[in-house]
Amino acid sequence: MGNKIANRQVICDTLLELAQSDRDIMVLASDSRGSAAMGPFAQACPEQFVEVGIAEQNIVGISAGLAHSGKKPFVTSPACFLSMRSIEQIKVDVAYSATNVKLIGISGGISYGALGMSHHSVQDLAVTRAIPGLAVILPADRHETKRMTEALVNYEGGVYVRIGRNPVEDVYESADYDFVIGKAVTMRDGSDITLIAAGETVRVALDAEVKLKEAGVSCRVINMHTIKPLDEEAIIKAARETGRIITVEEHSVHGGLGAAVAEVVVQHHPVPLRLVGIPDEPAIAGKTKEVFEYYGISAENIKNLALDMLGQ
Amino acid sequence: MEIIELKAKAAQIRMDLLRMIHGAKAGHTGGSLSNADILTALYYRVMNLDPARPKWEGRDRFIASKGHAVESLWCILADRGFFPKEELETFSQFGTRLIGHPNNKVPGIEMNTGALGHGLAISVGMALASKRDGRGYRVFCLMGDGEQAEGSVWEAAMAGAHYKLDNLVGIIDRNGLQISGSTEEVMGLDPLDEKWAAFGWNVISIDGNDMEQLVDTLEAAPTVPGKPTLIIANTVKAKGISFAENVPHWHHHVPSDEELAQALAELSAVLAGYQQEGQVR
Ligand SMILES: Cc1ncc(C[n+]2csc(CCOP(=O)(O)OP(=O)(O)O)c2C)c(N)n1
Repeated sequence: MGNKIANRQVICDTLLELAQSDRDIMVLASDSRGSAAMGPFAQACPEQFVEVGIAEQNIVGISAGLAHSGKKPFVTSPACFLSMRSIEQIKVDVAYSATNVKLIGISGGISYGALGMSHHSVQDLAVTRAIPGLAVILPADRHETKRMTEALVNYEGGVYVRIGRNPVEDVYESADYDFVIGKAVTMRDGSDITLIAAGETVRVALDAEVKLKEAGVSCRVINMHTIKPLDEEAIIKAARETGRIITVEEHSVHGGLGAAVAEVVVQHHPVPLRLVGIPDEPAIAGKTKEVFEYYGISAENIKNLALDMLGQ
Repeated sequence: MEIIELKAKAAQIRMDLLRMIHGAKAGHTGGSLSNADILTALYYRVMNLDPARPKWEGRDRFIASKGHAVESLWCILADRGFFPKEELETFSQFGTRLIGHPNNKVPGIEMNTGALGHGLAISVGMALASKRDGRGYRVFCLMGDGEQAEGSVWEAAMAGAHYKLDNLVGIIDRNGLQISGSTEEVMGLDPLDEKWAAFGWNVISIDGNDMEQLVDTLEAAPTVPGKPTLIIANTVKAKGISFAENVPHWHHHVPSDEELAQALAELSAVLAGYQQEGQVR
């Protein structure tokens, strides 16, 4: 609680630290160094920084070329444009050619609020997870973002990361835990129902768990920080052991985390499943909290949904 | 409207948009102030429009490709009666339709923009339709100079010349700044005029904060048969507030109470000057 450090800030700090000893780390921006909080990096390591201007297709192509030449490029650009406008470059230049490009989508989800649908990024998981070989990650808080950034530097291959804009409440007490790409984290164990969330909605799921506990429900909470490769084992285990699942995501209910979980559940261990997320419409204008409340991405709504599934 | 009235109107629009941004605690101040004169010339003099019939087929079309600078547009559309002025108070608030980018749920807005580099292609399509249907309306498309880095701008530029769209007018708000600093530092554009000329456009450079030049150029455009026209409107970002002009962070800076008061004082002095001049004439 009371955390004032945004995840984008953590990525900058961590990369800045690692870039001193690893000269191959490079950061690219598309007139986005401010929104990415990469100003300090550009200042401190000008030789490891590239500005491409407002050109999101170009930034991915250039990064693929850099990666092909042995560099470790980190592209920092608004999630909405990076994931959708450059998707063909991501498919062909990054994934298909297996180049080592890290794509950091900033201000993702509906964190751009009243800037409207052009600036919301709630289809990015659907498109990126459909691309073979591309890892897709949503860190939950500043601690996880730090561990993830360190892991990315040592990970060989294309990755799409989506983070929000503002500081989020901590879900971990410290960065001292095991972060493995592709391995979900069970934040709370429980036996009646499982909540599966990723990124900023992990906090919402944890808050719902507290309310459910008060109502006498034993609730499991899984932080599915990697949407791809998906931790199928954790999902099947949850289906088998708790019999009911609710997914919570800051994404369209079409093609995102909930859909990914559903694909696994329906094929391996069918159980009742509910998807909480943004419906199939341009999201309403407003601040994150207002929009979340409006669409039921809230502890109260998830509690009610869980009680309903439990027949209570 | 006469030139002197247009100048006064632009000052009033600047005051309106500053109050609106201040009230909402959100907005793209710098780019909206730099294009306020261009939009005033278009909406109060140059374009063929009917606020009572926003979808009238013969209307001239305007596309704000630099959609982030929508604040001047919201204030102008309200002032021209496309929707009630009180609605400006809902700008950027929960559930509003006056969001931070053009939204065609609002009368007077043709298309939704906000992702840069889309507007010119849309405008090419509209200008092409106007030609094919023999309607004769003109299409005006306002772009940012930072926006020129998007490849899609140049794809559309090629198509506009290829189809000889002499009813299409591109305007670049050449304020020299984008978010991260000057355009020439972020991604150099010059010689911008030669680039557009090489793509087959009739290029005209003007002072984009000078109402006489704006009206003369926009009214006359297009001036070369068979060619689309590109106006490089040299402007000042955050034009009209002495202490904000050319300061990069005013791109999306929201004025504090003191800054607002000072800016309004400056602008009302300018407005009073024009009003007096208008009466003398
Ligand atoms: C495709 C796309 N990429 C990035 C942005 C984010 N963005 C909004 S305004 C802006 C700078 C625009 O600069 P410029 O075109 O010069 O406009 P102006 O200075 O007149 O405001 C950027 C990068 C965007 N809206 N669309």
